[in-house]
Amino acid sequence: MVAKGEVIDKANKKSEPATVVLTLRGVKEILSCEVLVGEDQLGMEIWGACAADLMSDVLAFSIPDSLLLTGLVNAQSVRTADVAEIKALVYIRGKRPNAGALQLAQEKGIPVLASELTMYEACGRLYLRGLKSAATIRSKNE
Amino acid sequence: MNDDSLLDLEFEIIGGDFNQAGRVSTKLKSILKEVGFDPQVVRRVAISTYEAEINVVMYARRGVLRFKASPQKIVIIIEDEGQGIEDIEEAMKEGYSTATDEMREMGFGAGMGLPNIKRNSDQFEITSEVGRGTRLEVTIIAGDGTRS
Repeated sequence: MVAKGEVIDKANKKSEPATVVLTLRGVKEILSCEVLVGEDQLGMEIWGACAADLMSDVLAFSIPDSLLLTGLVNAQSVRTADVAEIKALVYIRGKRPNAGALQLAQEKGIPVLASELTMYEACGRLYLRGLKSAATIRSKNE
Repeated sequence: MNDDSLLDLEFEIIGGDFNQAGRVSTKLKSILKEVGFDPQVVRRVAISTYEAEINVVMYARRGVLRFKASPQKIVIIIEDEGQGIEDIEEAMKEGYSTATDEMREMGFGAGMGLPNIKRNSDQFEITSEVGRGTRLEVTIIAGDGTRS
């Protein structure tokens, strides 16, 4: 169960099904994350997620204000997030971003979380909670 | 330049320098945000220039990115001195890649770079000469100008 207030149902229009928005605090709990950067930003809203180790896939399929789950630990993961307006990063499989990535995340004000879960399980848990795929939201908007 | 030009900038990109890759794009993004361009336009410019910058870093010795913006449109020209592209038609297909393992370890080489640039542009021109280099010209319509 997610504690009260950590999952927000938002309906864009009455005719459309509710869009599930998670707070970053909710993501942290669902994925049992450690917060490496941005402890003070856990109240931010996350509208969708994408998961990739190749950054061009992120640039192609992400949407602004979404979450990126990745196993790529170098500074390009953070730079990609910045370019694509990704709101927060989750490093999976127990990986930790390298020093360059952490420093860049601090400079850019992008929260960084780390989870021991595999990519598959991390994505599965968020999907079960109703968080949409960024690619799905994107194609609907196009 | 037209009288209504807002920005006319030039940046050098160094080939092979993965740590610096993306600096030009993020800098441009900050400038465009500050000027007040529509966030969607800023995102399209940032993604296009980032992909182009990464291509120069991966496949060229050096490159130059020229950037011109008016309230109506943005034109980005990226010219590099590098290995060039043998088959542009193939290179434009999603998933086609000649990247090395090292490039993939850096998170690139998915074969999405050029298609991503095209997808984010309103006009896209590419010319290339094997052994000499590649030239991209990307135009992005900024709509009815900057936000007031």
